[in-house]
Amino acid sequence: MNILKELANRDRVFDFLAPADSPVDVRHGPILYMEDVTVSFDGFKAIDNLNLTIDDGELRCIIGPNGAGKTTMMDIITGKTRPDTGKVWFGSRHDLLTMNEPEIARLGIGRKFQKPTVFEALTVFENLELAMSADKRVLPTLTARMNGAMRDRIDEVLEMTGLVAQRRQLAGILSHGQKQWLEIGMLLMQRPRLLLVDEPVAGMTEQEMERTAELLTGLAGKQSVVVVEHDMGFVRSIARKVTVLHQGSVLAEGSMDQVQGDPRVIEVYLGESEEAV
Amino acid sequence: MHWLGQPFQERPTQLFIGILIAALAVVTVLNLALPAGHPLHVSTYTVTLLGKYLSYALLAVAVDLVWGYLGILSLGHGAFFALGGYAMGMYLMRQIGDRGVYGDPVLPDFMVFLNWDSLPWYWQGFDMAWFAFLMVLLAPGALALVFGFLAFRSRVTGVYLSIITQALTFALMLAFFRNEMGFGGNNGLTDFKELLGFDLRSDATRLGLFIASGVALALGYVLCRAIVGSKLGRVCVASRDAEARTRFLGYRVERVQLFVFVVSAMLAGVAGALYVPQVGIINPSEFSPLFSIEIVVWVALGGRATLYGAVIGAILVNYAKTVFTGVMPDAWLFALGGLFVLVTVLLPKGIAGLLAWRFKRPDFHDRHPGDGNLSREEATA
Ligand SMILES: Nc1ncnc2c1ncn2[C@@H]1O[C@H](COP(=O)(O)OP(=O)(O)OP(=O)(O)O)[C@@H](O)[C@H]1O
Ligand SMILES: [Mg+2]
Repeated sequence: MNILKELANRDRVFDFLAPADSPVDVRHGPILYMEDVTVSFDGFKAIDNLNLTIDDGELRCIIGPNGAGKTTMMDIITGKTRPDTGKVWFGSRHDLLTMNEPEIARLGIGRKFQKPTVFEALTVFENLELAMSADKRVLPTLTARMNGAMRDRIDEVLEMTGLVAQRRQLAGILSHGQKQWLEIGMLLMQRPRLLLVDEPVAGMTEQEMERTAELLTGLAGKQSVVVVEHDMGFVRSIARKVTVLHQGSVLAEGSMDQVQGDPRVIEVYLGESEEAV
Repeated sequence: MHWLGQPFQERPTQLFIGILIAALAVVTVLNLALPAGHPLHVSTYTVTLLGKYLSYALLAVAVDLVWGYLGILSLGHGAFFALGGYAMGMYLMRQIGDRGVYGDPVLPDFMVFLNWDSLPWYWQGFDMAWFAFLMVLLAPGALALVFGFLAFRSRVTGVYLSIITQALTFALMLAFFRNEMGFGGNNGLTDFKELLGFDLRSDATRLGLFIASGVALALGYVLCRAIVGSKLGRVCVASRDAEARTRFLGYRVERVQLFVFVVSAMLAGVAGALYVPQVGIINPSEFSPLFSIEIVVWVALGGRATLYGAVIGAILVNYAKTVFTGVMPDAWLFALGGLFVLVTVLLPKGIAGLLAWRFKRPDFHDRHPGDGNLSREEATA
């Protein structure tokens, strides 16, 4: 029985203590490298010859009109969608196209989906506890004990996400923005090297957006962060480097000002959304 | 084993165990110390009735463990209860020996009546108490393991799972009704004489069974609290409310469900084993789908996802049933249905929710499904 196997294999109980950053090799280059990636759905090229490089510790914003292929790009990186052609490397050692979703997640790529889900009947603290990397089989989970290092790790993430005061509150009574932060916090508990964040400020108030901007810029440096966002004001507030995606490939790349001045970008994207803002 | 000791440090659990022990002690004293004519004397008949309620309470706790915390509405837990009961019944039948009507030293009366000349293989070993008591755990546990493995692996949940559990207990009822199955058919197993050498008709044995039921309830309760209060318990609640997200965090939800389901089935089996010597019979009616639904009603009335609510619900409803069926036996199901509707509308969190509100103690109802939603409304108001 598997349960017995689990009992026998108890040495991995504290594997969350193992350094999570060991396997990725970024000494000779970027943390994420995509080359000539193409994906088509029934002949329609959702991603068309995409080239993208993310440096270690970088905070990158990706913008682009609806259907530009932003979510599909994240699907490829996380192993959810397989490209028809191209290369996707994590550091210089890991070919992501040969790995499946859980393997990629364990390697240190965390992803926040567009729609946030937290466990509403559990407290903020407990949400983070469950997300923490640990031995997640049945019996180790039954006998799991919280130790000082784990508690410190949770406190650290509570601090980062600004949820210290809410630690004992049920996640269900958090505001929409706080839930988004909690979900980012749950992602951080897994100690990812690369965070992919899809539309983090959808539905947030001005203040909450500012807080999120602080959170994401604070993460950069220690972790690499890729943010997909529609809200131009928000992108302007955090962006150092922006990539504009259009019809599945990179249309422009550079600082926010450079990108905004690019006539092709103005034509396909910024022009219309500037009116809307 | 720190997780097993954890419940003893929680105030509500201490309170629950304290009240239970006090109740056992009071009933014992009132039964033994006072003469039969005394107004406060508790008759042996009442003691046995209370013992039956306690075994039902353990069954309700088992159902609350899977329904309240795992979100699996089992409408077939009566099957596990009955299997535990049959295992105990088979032991008690073998204890009759040659004192049966037909005086056969080995074969139970119903087998002699059917002209069987030897004991079927699955009756072997039930003359030994340790074997029979092991089967009380293993028979329901094995059924739950196989059933749960198939159901949870193919991700059958919600209403579909509830319907399949009903079908399971119904199928077993039909099977046990058949004489050829070798479990006494329609009449089941009865005419028990003694248990571990104690005469089942003696007052002392009946008091002992009552106390054993109370102790089993206390132990079962503590075990469930320990599971619920562990990290695994929080994973249960997480998978109840957002199953896909729980998988995404790396938990094998189907294994968590299987583990808890099997534990719950074994507890139900123990409850059945304590029930049978007290009522003196086990027959296929315990497999009836209606009985399994009644258990769920006890839990709903008492308050889901609290464990102690299940105990309160089981005892109150069965007390009401005893009183009601004495007066108007035919109307009981209508009364139960009416009560269920009333409580669902007026007290959605059951009696436990009422207690929590009365004593303003949030820990009186912990992790109730939907807490988050309710509080969010309060927060925005
Ligand atoms: N599984 C799929 N099958 C067919 N078409 C798909 C599939 N996934 C995405 N597409 C198409 O690929 C294109 C890119 O979609 P994607 O979701 O990546 O866009 P996006 O940039 O994230 O848009 P949005 O800003 O609306 O989130 C869209 O036209 C979409 O309809
Ligand atoms: Mg998208």
